[in-house]
Amino acid sequence: MEILEAHHISKNYGGVRALKDVTFTAYRGKVNVLVGENGAGKSTLMKILSGSEQPTAGDILLDGEPVVLASPRDAMARGIGIIHQELSLFPNLSIAENMFAGRELRRGRRFVDAAAQRRRARAVLARLGQEHLDPDTLVGELPIGQQQLVEIGRALLEDVRVLIMDEPTSALSNHEVDVLFDVMADLREQDVTVIYISHKLDEFRRIGDWVTVLRDGGLVAHESMSRTDTAWIVRQMVGRDPDSLYVRNSSAVGDLLLDVRGLTVPGPARPLVDDVSLTVRAGEVVGVYGLMGAGRTELVESLMGMRPAAAGEVRVRGRLEPKGTVQARMAAGLALVPEDRQRDGLVQTMSVGDNILLATVGRLTRGGLLRGDAEQRAAAGKIRELAIKVPGLAAVVTALSGGNQQKVVLARALLTEPVVLLLDEPTRGIDVGAKAQIAALMADLAVQGFGVLFISSELAEVTAMADRVLVMARGRITAEFSAADVTEEALVTASASDIVLEDRS
Amino acid sequence: MTDTHVAATGTAAAAPPPGPPRNPALARAALLLLRGRTLVVLVLLVIFFSAVSSEYLTQSNLILMTKHVAINAILAIGVTFVILTGGIDLSVGSIAGLASMVGGGLLFTGLAVPGGTVFFSVAVVIVIGILVGALVGAVNGVLVTRFKVAPFIATLGMLYVARGIAQLISNGGTFPDLAGTPERGNQGFHVIGVDSWLGIPVAVWIMIVVAAAAIVVTTKTPFGRRVFAVGGNERAAVLSGIRVNRIKIAVYVISGCCAALAGLLLTSELGAAYPDTATTYELNAIAAAVLGGTALSGGRGTIIGTVMGAFVIGFLSDGLVLIGVSTFWQSVVKGAVIIFAVVTEQAQQRLQAGLSKRTA
Repeated sequence: MEILEAHHISKNYGGVRALKDVTFTAYRGKVNVLVGENGAGKSTLMKILSGSEQPTAGDILLDGEPVVLASPRDAMARGIGIIHQELSLFPNLSIAENMFAGRELRRGRRFVDAAAQRRRARAVLARLGQEHLDPDTLVGELPIGQQQLVEIGRALLEDVRVLIMDEPTSALSNHEVDVLFDVMADLREQDVTVIYISHKLDEFRRIGDWVTVLRDGGLVAHESMSRTDTAWIVRQMVGRDPDSLYVRNSSAVGDLLLDVRGLTVPGPARPLVDDVSLTVRAGEVVGVYGLMGAGRTELVESLMGMRPAAAGEVRVRGRLEPKGTVQARMAAGLALVPEDRQRDGLVQTMSVGDNILLATVGRLTRGGLLRGDAEQRAAAGKIRELAIKVPGLAAVVTALSGGNQQKVVLARALLTEPVVLLLDEPTRGIDVGAKAQIAALMADLAVQGFGVLFISSELAEVTAMADRVLVMARGRITAEFSAADVTEEALVTASASDIVLEDRS
Repeated sequence: MTDTHVAATGTAAAAPPPGPPRNPALARAALLLLRGRTLVVLVLLVIFFSAVSSEYLTQSNLILMTKHVAINAILAIGVTFVILTGGIDLSVGSIAGLASMVGGGLLFTGLAVPGGTVFFSVAVVIVIGILVGALVGAVNGVLVTRFKVAPFIATLGMLYVARGIAQLISNGGTFPDLAGTPERGNQGFHVIGVDSWLGIPVAVWIMIVVAAAAIVVTTKTPFGRRVFAVGGNERAAVLSGIRVNRIKIAVYVISGCCAALAGLLLTSELGAAYPDTATTYELNAIAAAVLGGTALSGGRGTIIGTVMGAFVIGFLSDGLVLIGVSTFWQSVVKGAVIIFAVVTEQAQQRLQAGLSKRTA
């Protein structure tokens, strides 16, 4: 039975059509999954359904009645709540204070009724299966998964009938995802309608009842989950077959380029990277799979000289590199494309050209002064080579799409003339089309004789792209597979394993 | 900002249009006006004051005003380097005072060494004064990098320390006569602050040289590019192999050198060194940088903008004095202009973001 319907909704921003005549139906007491590439219009549709944007054309029907959702507060009053991808919690306030932030329970007219807030917060936590949480705990002290639950609790306080969740699992560990899905199943039992936006195909198939696919602002499919499979959904999303998405490197493996032995990075409780040994050869694409917090990012950051190692040896092209500074490792032939482009990759205040040249700007001088012509040539060359779509070298880097921003960071890394590229989640946060391009680039780089070490959390990606897969768990390497014998099941098992892989040769 | 590092086009009214021609003409015109706002304000100030007072646009008054501007501009250029990296330098006024007392002391009483007193030539005195500024700046830089003290706190502390040392040098007294004597070989200190060359005060020539050098450094050298990168995103700068701590120490050293130079110019102009020289000048310097479009968050700003900012502040203050506005109202007007500058900066950023989104 339909509870919330968007009827022939269109939305224009200036001259851009973000949504074109989209009809979306959410069924009561079901988990309704909404998928699509970045820029497909999911977020716009959700903003309209939660009242923060108004449609240019079309109607919204709640229980079959046309309604106008003038504001998020208005939508909330009608029982439509939304949980955004970025948590909007106050880490310095308690769980109860967060849940009632902006709508505190009052005693008299001026005073907060802390006891009542605590009582109701506890009741909501119990509804989420989190009886053990003390409502007075500071939110900042909770792991990210429980913070997510606090956010859900906040929505539940308002007697929510439709709960919109925008990529709630993107920062969660597998266990936390399980807990979240249990909560979602419970909510479904309690007749709450869930609209669930996700990128993660393997996840939403577990929980979803209906799936709706958007592409380029238009509706392409609406189907009961049981009548679909993963390949069908990907096909709807990209408009082509998923097998063509990833390219496997097929070059012959050459010299040993990177040889790491016994690398250990100290951490607060246990080593973040614990006695890790690995090799990367020329022409080889090595994947590192693992859960969040497994130590993968710390591993590559330490290799790049950004984190001091407590023990271990790093050899590049056979030469021992004892000096663990970024400059030394860069000179040795390593380059890192970081996981978080915005935080570690781009200088947002600089142009595309300046960002590309940042690491090599010292080489393009004559008499101490920069050579504008050499700069232009170097930057333009990489832009052509990587097919970066830019309005010009002087364009603001933040105006580019995620995939092109990633290529800018990659271009900067390549200009340092590395022999081994370290790529930390190179396809995170970019849409499927751009993913395919990045994958093709990685294969191409291997063919050119680079060694490529990439980190990925996506099973499909590592199994399809890597010549060899290492699995990390709790800072250690727990398994190694060749492309021939890797399976998704084996990766998942090894990523949750405590057994250290011994005696690899 | 499409041209944050190109000082020459940052605030000048002659800035090229910021995008392809299909941009709405009105938005582009507004953006041009906003980018050139420091110049616009300066022109309006000159028109206004010369209409009110016939003395404003006379040669003698212009020379006086540009001399005031020169000292603040040199301070502000140094501070701009620090602000570009996302830091702040509150100690420049005190460094100017310290350099003034070091220079004045060397000229007036000389340096006591075993067996007598040594006097240095004016050139050597100036070099020593600037080295003192560099040293204090280096201490600031080490505090900020090595000891991870917030720049505001480190340089606030240095504001007191440097001023205190300046007072200790003479026990709070003034060095009244810096003319020097032929026997000591230290005559001629007045040249930098009092004399003119080709009808323009030497201090203004010095400002022009400092500004030109700073423009070249910020726009044409790898160091300059790295300064912007550190202020724009420090983590990305680290990952790009930039030695962030070195860059940071360098900008505080530059700021210290500029401050010391400004202090010496001021001392030469006055013909005497007293420990309160350039008290609160740090605020004028920061105001000039901000007025000229330098973002306190770092990564955005131009030297030319800072110099324009110094002109606006100088021409405004002196104009207000000339037409007899009370000092209390001068303060109010100056503050309002600074706030206005930041408000319009926000408007410019918004407009620019809007335009670049459309062109992307």
